[in-house]
Amino acid sequence: MLSDAIKQEIESHIHEPEHRAAACTEALRIVQRERGWIDDESLAEVAEFLGMSPHELDGVATFFNLIHRRPVGRHVIRVCASVSCWVMGYEGLREKLLAHLGVEMGETTADGRFTVVPNQCLGCCDRAPALMIGRDLYRDVNPDALEAILEPYR
Amino acid sequence: MSDPTHDLPLTGAIKTDGTPLSLREYEAIGGYAAVRAALSGLAPADVTARVKDAGLRGRGGAGFPTGIKWALVPMGDDAPHPKYLVVNADEMEPGTFKDRLLLEGNPHQLIEGVILAAYAIQADIAYIFLRGEYTVAEDRLHHALHEAYEAGYLGRHILGGPWSLGLHLHMSIGRYICGEETALLNALEGKRATPRTKPPFPQISGLWGKPTIVNNVETLCNVPPIVARGAEWFKGLSRTPNGGTKMFGVSGKAKRPGLWERPLGTTIGEILDLAGGMRDGLTLRGIIPGGASTDFLGPEHLDVQMDFDTVPKVGSRMGTGTMILLDDRTCPVGMVHNLMQFFAQESCGWCTPCRDGLPWVQKVVGAIEAGQGREDDLDVLRRHARLLGPGLTFCALAPGATAPLGSALVRFKDDFERHIRDQRCAWN
Ligand SMILES: Cc1cc2nc3c(=O)[nH]c(=O)nc-3n(C[C@H](O)[C@H](O)[C@H](O)COP(=O)(O)O)c2cc1C
Ligand code: SF4
Repeated sequence: MLSDAIKQEIESHIHEPEHRAAACTEALRIVQRERGWIDDESLAEVAEFLGMSPHELDGVATFFNLIHRRPVGRHVIRVCASVSCWVMGYEGLREKLLAHLGVEMGETTADGRFTVVPNQCLGCCDRAPALMIGRDLYRDVNPDALEAILEPYR
Repeated sequence: MSDPTHDLPLTGAIKTDGTPLSLREYEAIGGYAAVRAALSGLAPADVTARVKDAGLRGRGGAGFPTGIKWALVPMGDDAPHPKYLVVNADEMEPGTFKDRLLLEGNPHQLIEGVILAAYAIQADIAYIFLRGEYTVAEDRLHHALHEAYEAGYLGRHILGGPWSLGLHLHMSIGRYICGEETALLNALEGKRATPRTKPPFPQISGLWGKPTIVNNVETLCNVPPIVARGAEWFKGLSRTPNGGTKMFGVSGKAKRPGLWERPLGTTIGEILDLAGGMRDGLTLRGIIPGGASTDFLGPEHLDVQMDFDTVPKVGSRMGTGTMILLDDRTCPVGMVHNLMQFFAQESCGWCTPCRDGLPWVQKVVGAIEAGQGREDDLDVLRRHARLLGPGLTFCALAPGATAPLGSALVRFKDDFERHIRDQRCAWN
């Protein structure tokens, strides 16, 4: 069940009442923020609330990069994989991070703490390589400093 | 950021401590004066005329004249409503990091630009379409929007006059194709972000079939100073007939990569100098001048002036104005492979040549880089660079991919051939 607070927040993104379904991407964001990922039940709930079919909403949910239709860890690490970061050492950073966490790209650590995914250009190309953890951006990332960066994310 | 030797209308006011200008600070340097002047003394058509006379061209990459675009919107009592103004803040072109600074540093200048543009086309509703990863910009825009509503610059009866405008922040859930303006409109409508057929153009039939203007962040940030200081002043900022300044960036192995506002017509070499030149011991081999979708240039192009008309004369485009450097210790084939991986992943899947062609290109370049290239691979790549080019796919994403691909196949031909001949990458 969508809580009243979530429903209210979704409503606040309906700017034109005749276009209720337009808020569906914002709704997916909000529900994912609360639940970590979008399971089938959440999908059905959001669809019903906005007057869409679940399949229609799934078509949207699976189109975009930032919505998870599978479980993820408590913190999602997005490593910038685009060209400026690639030139500045993306591959080394990626290998070090994956080895440190003991996972492959796209996987979640056994303790459910982190999921690592590649991300397209994070838009801070003069400070490459870069990654995000949740809402936080890290630039000029030194692979040797990864442990300290990850430490606060429990 | 500010530099006293230049007039810097976009960044001159941005603070060096990394905090954004508050509403009060922005007003103290003349912010929102252009909105006050326009709403009390200029007809909407006058605002459009001023932007047209200034020669402002779209900063999102294509360079379409902004005033001419606005003038295509139906006006007058018979015009369909609501009309929309949409800010393209989806900045996701690899190597591009210019709108981030404008959004984070001075969100009110963008909001003022939105109000002026919306007034010019008599829009009723405006949206800022912001990429989901720009969380700092999200928080700052939320705050700035709140301030602007409180001060009466947004909402019903702006500054007590007859015109009203609602401005909403929409957070994207991520896909490069959302930056393509018609795909962006589908995303705003809550649909899969595949592009639409053009024509009809959004100016006539955009969001929910209503007249809509989509403009880039940097484009709109230029509007308040143009309205405040006039077309002649704006034209005078540039070193070439293209009016104004431009955000220029450098990424890659320069000494001090960064972002600077400089006159249009600043040369590639001068921009590279701002970045301190190449790191010691490295030699410049290639330059992608304006984001991933532009053709490679080379060290022989340092004297080329960056503007919309000059860069095409040497076979590339200014694009977003943020250049990516290739040095002699980085493998060009690997770099092209990374770019093709991006375009293949971000293909929206709507049309066959792009959906099936780009993954093929990615695999072939990947095989060459991995030492498994075959004799005829370069022909396969050349054919794709041609067949995915401008006009042959449903939108400009695939042609964007062919720009670095096609130019690299010529400029770095020896490197590609050596990979195939030696069955290995000499850089790895
Ligand atoms: C695949 C693709 C991605 C694009 N991404 C962006 C973008 O992130 N930001 C942007 O302003 N324009 C982007 N554009 C260009 C827009 O379609 C459009 O031309 C632009 O927003 C118009 O604004 P302007 O005239 O102010 O430049 C993209 C185009 C294509 C084909
Ligand atoms: S060119 Fe690519 S991104 Fe554009 S419509 Fe076709 S498949 Fe989609």
